[in-house]
Amino acid sequence: MSTAILETRGLNRSFGAVTAARDLNVRIDTGEVVGVIGSNGAGKTTFINMVTGYLPPSSGEILFEGRSIVGQKPRQIIRSGMTRSFQVAQLFPELTVLDNLLIALVAAEGPRPSFFGGLRSRERIRRADEILDEFGVVRYRDTVVRTVPQGARKLVDIAMALIGKPRMLLLDEPTSGVSVEEKFPLMDTVMAAVRQHGVTVLFVEHDMEIVERYVSRVLAFYSGEIISDGQPAAVFADSRVQELVIGHGHGHVTPASQRSAA
Amino acid sequence: MLRLDKTETWLLAATVILLTAGFLLPSWLTFILTLAFAKALVVQGVVIQMRAGLVSFGQGLFFCIGGYAVGMGGAFLDVHDVFALIGLGVAVAVGVAAIIGLLMTRYRDIFFAMLSLALSMILFGVIVKNPTLGSTDGFNVHAPTLLGWAPQGQEQKLAIFVLTVLIAGGLALALNRYMKSGLGGVNEAIKENEIRVEFLGLSPRWILYANYLFAAGISAVGGALTALATGHVDPEMAFWTTSGEFVFIALLGGTTHVAAPFVAAVLFALVRTYALELAPHSWQMILGFVLLAIIIFLPKGLWSLVAGKRRAAA
Amino acid sequence: MTTLYAILIDGMIYASWLFLVAAGLTVIYGVMRILNMAHGSFYSIGAYSGASLVGWYFAGGDGAPYWSYLLLLGAALAAGLFIGLLVEQGLLQFMYKRDEILMVIITYALLLILEDATKLIFGVDPYFTYQPYSLLGRSSFGELTFANYDLALIAVSVLIGAACWLVLNRTNRGKVLRAVIQDREIAVAMGVNVKLMFAATFVVGTTLGALAGALTAPAISVSPGIGVEVIVLAFAVVVVGGLGSIEGAIVGALLVGLTRSVAVHLAPQIELFVIYGVMSLVLAVRPQGLFGRNLARKI
Repeated sequence: MSTAILETRGLNRSFGAVTAARDLNVRIDTGEVVGVIGSNGAGKTTFINMVTGYLPPSSGEILFEGRSIVGQKPRQIIRSGMTRSFQVAQLFPELTVLDNLLIALVAAEGPRPSFFGGLRSRERIRRADEILDEFGVVRYRDTVVRTVPQGARKLVDIAMALIGKPRMLLLDEPTSGVSVEEKFPLMDTVMAAVRQHGVTVLFVEHDMEIVERYVSRVLAFYSGEIISDGQPAAVFADSRVQELVIGHGHGHVTPASQRSAA
Repeated sequence: MLRLDKTETWLLAATVILLTAGFLLPSWLTFILTLAFAKALVVQGVVIQMRAGLVSFGQGLFFCIGGYAVGMGGAFLDVHDVFALIGLGVAVAVGVAAIIGLLMTRYRDIFFAMLSLALSMILFGVIVKNPTLGSTDGFNVHAPTLLGWAPQGQEQKLAIFVLTVLIAGGLALALNRYMKSGLGGVNEAIKENEIRVEFLGLSPRWILYANYLFAAGISAVGGALTALATGHVDPEMAFWTTSGEFVFIALLGGTTHVAAPFVAAVLFALVRTYALELAPHSWQMILGFVLLAIIIFLPKGLWSLVAGKRRAAA
Repeated sequence: MTTLYAILIDGMIYASWLFLVAAGLTVIYGVMRILNMAHGSFYSIGAYSGASLVGWYFAGGDGAPYWSYLLLLGAALAAGLFIGLLVEQGLLQFMYKRDEILMVIITYALLLILEDATKLIFGVDPYFTYQPYSLLGRSSFGELTFANYDLALIAVSVLIGAACWLVLNRTNRGKVLRAVIQDREIAVAMGVNVKLMFAATFVVGTTLGALAGALTAPAISVSPGIGVEVIVLAFAVVVVGGLGSIEGAIVGALLVGLTRSVAVHLAPQIELFVIYGVMSLVLAVRPQGLFGRNLARKI
C-alpha cells in the first residue's frame, strides 16, 4: 500500500472571470514520477504556484505528507520538504554559478544565515563542486549566470531546488527554452539525480516525447480541470486529450507512440 | 581560529598608518579626516543596504539620532564618557530601527527610498518644532571624557581622531566579514532575485531586517563621532539633503569593497573644502555633474548595485 | 466654531497649493515612471522667473498693475518650456531604459545642478514681489480675514486639476497617453510616437512645476532652498494619493492640507510631523497609495 505524499482536495482558483483551477483532486504517491500536460492557460503553472504557496487557492485543501499547507509561505513549504524549479530559471543573474550554489547551500543549513561565517567556506565549496559535477555544469563554475546558456541555467535551477534535500520536487517545464539536442541529456541528468535522492517528482511539460519517456503517470489539464489521469499510454489515447491537448496546443511535440499510430 | 585575509591585513595596516599620521599631520587635516571617517560610517550603512538592492534616502535619521544622543546625553543625562555616549546613540538608533524596520522591510525600490526619506523628515520636523529638542539651533556638545580622562583643546581633537580611526578600523573589519559572510551573500542574492531567495526557504524580510538594524547602528556611530568632533548637533542632520549626500558618497565609492566609502568620503571632504572656497555657489553643481558622470560612464563599476548589473564576483 | 472655519479655509488654501506643486510630479511619474526629484528646482525656477519679471515690471512704475498676473503666468510658461525641453532633450531622453530607482538618482543629480544654476543666475538674495498678492485685497468672514490671492489660488488649482483630468480622460490625445501608460511596447507597436509623448509630458510637468512656483512667488520671499523644501512635500502628496494618479494627487493634497491645517491651529509643534506622518501611515496601510494599483510579479 503506497502512501500519498501530496494530495489536493477540491482546489479552486480564479483570476477575475477566468477559472485557472476547478475542483482539482489530485493524489500523488511517494516515489511516483508524474507528468502534467495541457495547453497554455490550462492551469498547470497555477497548480504548482498554489501547491508551493506562491498563490493562495480560492478554496480547497492541500496536504503535504498528510499535513495541510494552505496559507503557508513558500519558504515554510520549501523547508518542510517540497521544492520547485521554474519555467524561466530563477537564479541570481549577476553572480557566478558557484556563488548561486553557495547561496543555496547556506539556505539549506537553516533559516538564519550567519553574520560572520564566510560564504565561501571550504566545506561548502567542496559540496558545490560535487553538485556541479553531478549536473555536468563544471565548466560554468566561475561564469556569471547571465551569460550561461539556457540549458545549463535550467540545470542549475533544478540543482538548487535539490540542495535542500526535498522529498518532493516540482519542475515547471524543465525543457522549455532548451535546444532539441540538449533536452534529453538534461532530463537524463535530472532524473538520475532525482532517483539517487529518492525524490517524488511532478513535472509540467509541453514536450510529449519527454513526458512519455520519463513519467509513470500523466495528468492532463484543460481550462483548469483535470480531464484525464493515468498511465501515459492510456492518457495519450484518450480522445479528449487528443482533441484538447495534443492536437490543440502550439509547440507541442506529439508522443512517438501517437506518431507511429497515425 | 582567526586568519586574516588580504583585505583585513590592508585594513589593519591602514589603521596603524592613519594613527601614526594623526600625530604628524596639521590639525586642520586630521579634523577633516575625522569628519570624513565618521561620515563614511554612515555611508557604510547606505552601502550595505544598496548591496541588498535598497537605496535609503533617509539614513540621516540614524546619523541624527547618533549625534543627538551625544548632544542630549551630555545636556540632560549628565553622561560624558564617549563610549557611553556612542553606546547610547547606537542603542536608541537600533531600537528605533527595530520598530520602523518592521514597516521598512515591506518596501522595495522607490517606495523604500521615499519612505526612508519621509521617516527622517519626521524626525527633522519633530526636532525643528520642539524647543526642548533644541529646535533649529540644536545643542552644543559638552566636553566629553574618555574613561575618566578629560582632554582639552588640541589634545581633545587628537583624541577624537584616534578614537574615530580605531572605531572605523574595527567596524571596517567587521563589515568586511559581514560582506563576505553567508548573510552578506544572501543580501546580494535578494537584490538579484528576491523570489528565489524565498524559494530557497529563507525569509527575505528577516534578512533585510537584520541588515537594516546593522545599518542603523553603524550610521549612529558615525553620527555620534561627528557630534563629538564638531562639538555641535542640529536638525540639519536629519534633513533629506544630508541623506542625499550619503547616497552620493556611496555611489562615488561603489559598493564592491569595504574601503570604498572611506576613500570616497575623504575625497568628498577634500574636494569640498577647496570647492567651497573657490566657487561657493557651484559646489552642488559639481556634485551633480560628477554623479551624472558616474552613472553614465562607470555604470558597471560604481553603479553596479541598483541597476542590478554587477561584474563577476572575484 | 471660528477655529473650525479657519481650519477648513486654511486647509483648502494649503491643499490647493499642495496640488499645484504635486500635479506636475504625478503627471510625469504617471506617464514616464520617473519620480522626478528635480521637480523642486522647476518650482524654484518658476518662482524666480515670476518674481524677477514682476519685480522688474513694478520697478518701471507706470504699467497697469493687473498686467502683472499675466506676466507671472508668462514667466512660468517660458521658464517651464525652456527648462523642460533642455532637460528632456539634453539628458533624460538618453536615460529612459534605466531602472526607476536609478532615475530617482539621476534627477537628484539634476536637482543639485539646477539648485546652483538658479543661484548663479538669480543670486542668493531674496526676492519680494508682494504687489500681485496685496493688489487683490482681503476678505472678512466674521472674525476671520483671508488674502483674496490665496482664495483665488483655490480656483486656479481647481481649474488646473479639471484641465488635467479632462485632457487625460476626454480627449483622444489623452487616451493615447493612457495607452502609453498601460503598455509602452504595445503603444509603440500601434504606431504611437512614444518619444514625442514623453517629451511633451515632461514639458507639461515642468511647466506645471514652474507655474506653481510663479503663483507662489508673490506670497513668499523667494530665496535659495525653497525647491528642496517643496519637493518632499510634493512627494508626500503624490505618495499618499498614489504615484501617477491625478485623482490621487487631489485627494492627497486635501488630506495632507487639511491635516496640516488642523495641526497648525491646534498643535503647532507637530505641524511638520503630521505631513510625513500621514504619508508614512498611508504607505504602511496601502503601499501603492490611495489610488495606486498593485502589480504582482509573474514567475
